[in-house]
Amino acid sequence: MTPAGARSGDGPLLDVRDLSVRFTRRGEPDTVAVDGISFDIEPGEVVGLVGESGCGKSVTSLAIMGLLPGRGPKVGGEVRFGGDDLLALSDSALRERRGRDLGMVFQDPLSSLNPVVPVGVQITEALTRHRGMDKKAARTEAITLLERVGIPDPARRVTSYPHQMSGGMRQRALIAIALACRPRLLIADEPTTALDVTIQAQILELLRELVAETGTALMMITHDLGVVAGLCDRVNVLYAGRIVERAERHRLFATPRHPYTHGLIGSIPRLDSDPELELPAIPGSVNDNLPWDTACAFAPRCPREIGRCTEVTPGVETAASRLLRCHNPVPATSA
Amino acid sequence: MTSTENATTVTDTDLLLEVDDLAVHFPITSGVLFERTVGHVRAVDGVSLRVHRGETYGLVGESGCGKSTLGRAILRLVDPTSGSVLFDGTDVATLKGEPLRRMRRRFQMVFQDPLSSLDPRQSVESLLTEGLRAHGLSRGGEADRARLTELMDAVGLPSGALRRYPHEFSGGQRQRIGIARALCVEPDLIVADEPVSALDVSVQAQVLNLLSRLQRELGLTYLVIAHDLAVVRHVSDRVGVMYLGGIVEEAPAGDLYSDPLHPYTRALLSAVPVPDPQVEDDRERILLTGDLPSPAAPPSGCRFHTRCPWRQADRCDTERPQLRVPEGAGPEHRVACHHAEAIRDGRITRHEVAPEAVDQSSGTGPAAPEQGGSLTEFLGR
Amino acid sequence: MSAPTTWARRRRARIDDTAQGRSLGADALRRLRRNPVAITGAVIIAVFVLISVFAPLLAPHGPAEAFPQLLDRLRPGEIPGAQDGFPLGSDQNGRDEFSRMILASRQTLLVGVLATVFGLVFGVLIGVVAGAVGGWADTVLMRVTDVLLSIPSLLLAISVAALAARPSQTTVIIAVALVNVPIFARLLRGSMLAQRESDHVLAATALGVKRPAIVVRHMLPNAIGPVIVQATLTLATAILDAAALSFLGLGDADPARAEWGLMLATAQPYLDVRPALALYPALAIIVVALGFTLFGEALREALDPKGRR
Repeated sequence: MTPAGARSGDGPLLDVRDLSVRFTRRGEPDTVAVDGISFDIEPGEVVGLVGESGCGKSVTSLAIMGLLPGRGPKVGGEVRFGGDDLLALSDSALRERRGRDLGMVFQDPLSSLNPVVPVGVQITEALTRHRGMDKKAARTEAITLLERVGIPDPARRVTSYPHQMSGGMRQRALIAIALACRPRLLIADEPTTALDVTIQAQILELLRELVAETGTALMMITHDLGVVAGLCDRVNVLYAGRIVERAERHRLFATPRHPYTHGLIGSIPRLDSDPELELPAIPGSVNDNLPWDTACAFAPRCPREIGRCTEVTPGVETAASRLLRCHNPVPATSA
Repeated sequence: MTSTENATTVTDTDLLLEVDDLAVHFPITSGVLFERTVGHVRAVDGVSLRVHRGETYGLVGESGCGKSTLGRAILRLVDPTSGSVLFDGTDVATLKGEPLRRMRRRFQMVFQDPLSSLDPRQSVESLLTEGLRAHGLSRGGEADRARLTELMDAVGLPSGALRRYPHEFSGGQRQRIGIARALCVEPDLIVADEPVSALDVSVQAQVLNLLSRLQRELGLTYLVIAHDLAVVRHVSDRVGVMYLGGIVEEAPAGDLYSDPLHPYTRALLSAVPVPDPQVEDDRERILLTGDLPSPAAPPSGCRFHTRCPWRQADRCDTERPQLRVPEGAGPEHRVACHHAEAIRDGRITRHEVAPEAVDQSSGTGPAAPEQGGSLTEFLGR
Repeated sequence: MSAPTTWARRRRARIDDTAQGRSLGADALRRLRRNPVAITGAVIIAVFVLISVFAPLLAPHGPAEAFPQLLDRLRPGEIPGAQDGFPLGSDQNGRDEFSRMILASRQTLLVGVLATVFGLVFGVLIGVVAGAVGGWADTVLMRVTDVLLSIPSLLLAISVAALAARPSQTTVIIAVALVNVPIFARLLRGSMLAQRESDHVLAATALGVKRPAIVVRHMLPNAIGPVIVQATLTLATAILDAAALSFLGLGDADPARAEWGLMLATAQPYLDVRPALALYPALAIIVVALGFTLFGEALREALDPKGRR
C-alpha cells in the first residue's frame, strides 16, 4: 500500500499533540470543538479522520492549517510539521508553509475557487509565488497539472472560469492547485461529499494515484466510512472532539473495538447485506453527549454502557498499534 | 407500449400507482423585458413505472437525473408536460383545484431537509393539526390531541414534543416529525425524497428502520428516491435506475444488485464505496469518464452512449433504447440497452472512453474512439 | 422493534421536563431584552410616547396662549429666555416654548404613527397579492411601485402635499404614507417570493393545506420580519419627512397647533436672536428618530435567524 521509499525514517511528517480548540462566546459557556487530539502522519501515508457532524474533524484540519478565524477560538497543543510547531509560526511564515508544504482541498470547490479568476491563473499564481517559476514555465506546468488531474482539453481549460466547469471538474482543478507546489502533505476535507457517486469514484481514484505517484501524505477527513475503507492506511475515529479509536484500516473494519466504531460500521446499509434484517442503529443523536471531563461522551448512546462510563473518563489504551478509549470495549473476537 | 394495455389497469387491483410516459420539461427563458423560451430542460423525459400496494419502489440516480422532479410530478407539486399519473385509477396529472387538494390526503411526501421543510414558526402540534384540519379529519381538541400523541409514539417521539418548535430538535428527530406530518392524514403512498441523506450516519439507520416498521404496521406504499444505492437496496422491493430523465433499468432489488444489466447500473454499483477494506481492495471498478451531459440538450440515441464503456457503433447514438425484458432475465427485470445480453455474456468488452468536457453541449457525437467493435480493448482481462 | 433502550427512556424524560417549547418570536424577544441598544431605543421611545400621551397634563399652558409678561419683553432683536414659569422661555410670539414642545410631541407621534400604519397596511396588501398570487398581478403592481420608488421620496411627498387644495395634517400623513407604500410592498413581495419557493411551503401544499391558509399561516409570518423592522425604521423617517413638509410650509398652517417641524421652520428668521428656538425642536426630532432607528436595528438583529443558537 505504502509507496516504496516514502518512509524516510525521520519520524512522522506531521505530529499533532494534544490539539484543542475552544470557542468562546460572550455570555455563554465555552464550546470545546477539539478536545486534546493527538495523531501523526508518516511521509506518504494516508490517514483518515472519520466522524459525524460536530466531532471536530473539520476544526482539526483548519487548526492545523491555521485557517480558524482570528478571534474567538483558543487553540492549544502542538502541531509539529518538519521540525516546526505550526501553531507557533507567525502568520506570514505559516502562509509560506501553507503554499509550499501543505495543500488543502475543501468540500465545496465552487466557494473555494476565486470566481473571477480563470482556473489556470489560480494555479500559475501559486507556481510563480512558491516555486519561483516565470510566467511561461508556470503556464506550461499548469497545463501539465490540469492534464494530470484528468481535466480534458487542459490547454483550453486553463482559461476557463470556475463557473464554466462542472462540480467534478472544479474539484479536480482544486486538487491541481493544491498539488501545484508539490506539498508533502495534502489535507482533504470531505472532498467528495458534494459530488455524485460516479464522480466521487473518479476523484478517489485520482487521489489514490497521486499519493502513490508523488509520495505526498494525505489527511482524509470524511464522514463516509466507505471512502475511508478504500483509501486510508490508518483511521482515526472521532467522537465529540476526541479520538475514540485508531487502527490500521483492515483491522479497524474487521474488528472494531470501540462501541461507537462498531455501531457505526454496523448501522450502514451495505450492498451485500441482507435487507430483511433490521439495521442495528445507534440510538440518539450526536447532541446527546456527556462531558468528557467526567464521563465517556458516548455513554448515553452506548449499548455496552456500564456504570463507570458515566462516572469516569475512559483513558487511552494503546495495544498492538490500536488506540482505544473505552471502559468496556467490544471483545476482539466478535466482529 | 403500456398505453394499449388498459385491460391490465382494470384487472390489476394491486396496482396503486401507474405512471405512463411522463415528461416534465422546464422552459429556459432569456431576455430582460420580453421573456422568450430558448429551450427546455428535459428533467423527466418519458418515464413509465408501476408501484403496487404495499411495496417499496426505489428510484436511484445521480443529481440531475430527474428523480426528484419525477417524484414531485407524481405528487403534482410540479406540473407534468405530458403523460399520465394514475393513482388508484384517478389521473392525477389532469386534476386541478379542490379535487386535487382533496386527493393530496392520499399521497404524502417526506423531504430531504427536515429543518427547511418544517415551518419554523409553528409548533409541532400546530403543524400536524393543520393536516387534520385540511382534510376534515379533526374531531376537536381532545380527540385530536390523543391522535397526535399516538402519532408521536409511532414515530418514536414523546408527546411533549408536540409543544415544541422545529429548531429545538436534532436532525433525526426533525425527520421523525416530517414523517409524522406525512402520516397524520393516513395516506396510501409516501414519496420519500432522500429521506436520510441530510442526517448523520449513525442516525440514518434509525430513520430507515422507522420507515420499514411503519410500512409493516400501516401497510404503506413507498416511493423512495435516493442517490445512495445501498440505502435504496436496503429499503426497496423493486428499484429503478434513472439517467438523464429516463429509467434505464428496473428490477427487483436483489436482481439489480446481483445481476446489473445496464452499463450505467454496473458503473454506479462499482462506484459505491463499501465500508469494508477487503471488498474495496478487490473489487473491479468501472470508472465513468466525463460528466453528465446537460439535460437541456441530451445526447441523441441512448442517453448514456457518450460515457458508455460498452458503446457500439451500430445504433447506440441513433436509436433510443426502450425498456425491455432481456433474454434470460427474470420477467420483472427490464433494461433499456440495445446490447444488454451481449454485455452480460461477455461478447462485448469494455473500451476506453475519452472524457468529454461538458459545458456547452454540442449535441453532436462524442469524442470517443472512432468506431467499430474492433476498437474495443481488452481491459482488465 | 427492540425494547426501548435506557437511552430512549432518558431522552423521553428529557423532552417532557421542559413543559413549553420556545417559539422563534419568544426567542427573538429574549435576545432583544439582552441587547443594550434595544433597551436604549425602547427607553427613548417609551419616554416620547408617555410625554405625548400625557401632554395636556404635563404642559403648563396651551399652545396658542400668549403671555403679557413675555410679550412685554418681546422686541426686535430680543426674545425672552428662560424665566420663572417658563423653563424654556418664550417663542417668537410670546407663547410658552416648553408647553409647545411638549404638545408638539403629540402631533409628531400622530403623524409618524398614522403615516407608517397606513403605509404598512397598503404596502403589505400589495406585497401579499404580488408575492402570493404572482403572474400578471405581480408584474403590474411591481411596475407601479418601481415608478413610485424611482421618484425621490421627499419630492414625491411634496408633490402629493402640494396637490391638496389646502395643506393640512391629513395631507402630510397621506403624503408620507404614500412614500412608504412601495417600500413596504417591494420588501414584502421579495420575502414572500422566497417563502413561496421554500420547502416548508411546498410541504404544506403537499399536505393539502388550502392556498389562502398557506399564505396567511406560513408565508406571511415568515416573510413579515424584515417589514416589521422596516416599519420601525420608517417611524423615524416618517417623523423627519413630516417635519420637513411642515418646514417647507406644506403642513398644517394653523398657528395654534404646535408641531416640531413647523416650530423649526418658524424659528428660522430668529436664528441669530435666539438659536435655542430652532435647537429644541431639532434636538427632539433627532433624539426620537434615533430612538426608533436604534430599536429597529436591534429588532433586525434579534429576528435574524443566524443570531439564534
